[in-house]
Amino acid sequence: MSDTPVIGVLALQGDVREHLVALAVADAVARPVRRPEELAEVDGLVVPGGESTTISKLAVLFGVMEPLRARVRDGMPVYGTCAGMIMLADKILDPRSGQETVGGIDMIVRRNAFGRQNESFEAAVAVEGVGGEPVEGVFIRAPWVESVGAAVEVLAEHDGHIVAVRQGNALATSFHPELTGDHRVHRLFADMVRANRAAQSL
Amino acid sequence: MSSTLSENQAPETGTARVKRGMAEQLKGGVIMDVVTPEQAKIAEDAGAVAVMALERVPADIRKDGGVARMSDPDMIEGIISAVSIPVMAKSRIGHFVEAQVLQSLGVDYIDESEVLTPADEVNHSDKFAFTTPFVCGATNLGEALRRIAEGAAMIRSKGEAGTGNVVEAVRHLRQIKNEIARLRGYDNNELYAAAKDLRAPYELVKEVSELGRLPVVLFSAGGVATPADAALMRQLGAEGVFVGSGIFKSGDPAKRAAAIVKATTFYDDPKIIADASRNLGEAMVGINCDTLPETERYANRGW
Repeated sequence: MSDTPVIGVLALQGDVREHLVALAVADAVARPVRRPEELAEVDGLVVPGGESTTISKLAVLFGVMEPLRARVRDGMPVYGTCAGMIMLADKILDPRSGQETVGGIDMIVRRNAFGRQNESFEAAVAVEGVGGEPVEGVFIRAPWVESVGAAVEVLAEHDGHIVAVRQGNALATSFHPELTGDHRVHRLFADMVRANRAAQSL
Repeated sequence: MSSTLSENQAPETGTARVKRGMAEQLKGGVIMDVVTPEQAKIAEDAGAVAVMALERVPADIRKDGGVARMSDPDMIEGIISAVSIPVMAKSRIGHFVEAQVLQSLGVDYIDESEVLTPADEVNHSDKFAFTTPFVCGATNLGEALRRIAEGAAMIRSKGEAGTGNVVEAVRHLRQIKNEIARLRGYDNNELYAAAKDLRAPYELVKEVSELGRLPVVLFSAGGVATPADAALMRQLGAEGVFVGSGIFKSGDPAKRAAAIVKATTFYDDPKIIADASRNLGEAMVGINCDTLPETERYANRGW
């Protein structure tokens, strides 16, 4: 087994290219994942920003939802940004009819909690586990985390709302580090994938 | 935009990153024209990434004639409250007051569109003056870069709206992609003359030459009517598609909408496109663009 982890980006819809670039900078082999057989070949997966209703529908329709749930249950590292955060939530506060999630993080998220596009904003966010300067948080029609279970670690808040969390091998942010040139959050995730691979090969 | 944010700085709205970043989230998706809240729900259920709220689809604007304007605010608000996906709406070219109204209604994106009757035959709206991001149409690279220079955060190739004929969409997207490819091969000395030829700012021309793509998201529009049309535009390099009259002027809108979404995601998988194309009922009838008089070509609007 080579040292470089293979990290997929769920490529059904959304800002896939930016995640692929960020993961490559974080020294991972990055590739798009649209099919169950592609999912089987990765060590970790990013669920990108996009429209959560669209991504959810396509995941069910093309048979990736169930295999993805199974892999997350088995401990495959996953990282979701914005819509990806919604996809990793065990519960959505106000789901559209039939909107399913992958789950994996014991939290309730509120979609578009920070408002519509006119309220989208940039702000500095101090993220636990990311050393140095605060991260440039780009929040676009962003969700926030309404509440978390006991096993969930809160990594960041903005304006009193939870905007970054981790539970075991699952990581989620309301904001989009992939839209900035700062790839420290992707490095944190790539390290989680490396650690998981090392633990598995013992 | 400064790259050093301190934690006690106030959050900043309407930045280039937030405006362009919004379009990045739409990539790989289908944006559908809708005229009622019911249609908006059908579009959302079919997997649309956004809807374009308008009073008449382009095919009807074409048929009815007259001056086409911004939609009624009540109708736009009705659509905003019906769905949770982003809602876009059209202003006339250069009609910055219609754009101000759309911003005040809380639409997520403004399309300064040639499908409506232009309000200014010289100037487009100053899009930097708005918090709401703009998408604009273009038939070639110079036009795309002029719109970006005015603040557009997303570009769509124009095509010929309301015809159900993909030929102009193909022409415009190929034109933009070819011109980008040509710039890619230029050295620094050639970029100044290229900027002059393109009638676009040198800085943007240089950026495109370095990136090998536009600095904003590029969708395709104007004439997409079938799943294969959508996949064709994706294979030609569009990052997503706008579908106007093609869906709600067809026999079974819900089914066709879902089929176009599937084909847009799996645009490089002919088997999936084939399955998506089965039994969709009547497509919109369509118009042959070569019999369309110059004066009825929307793509000629905009400068």
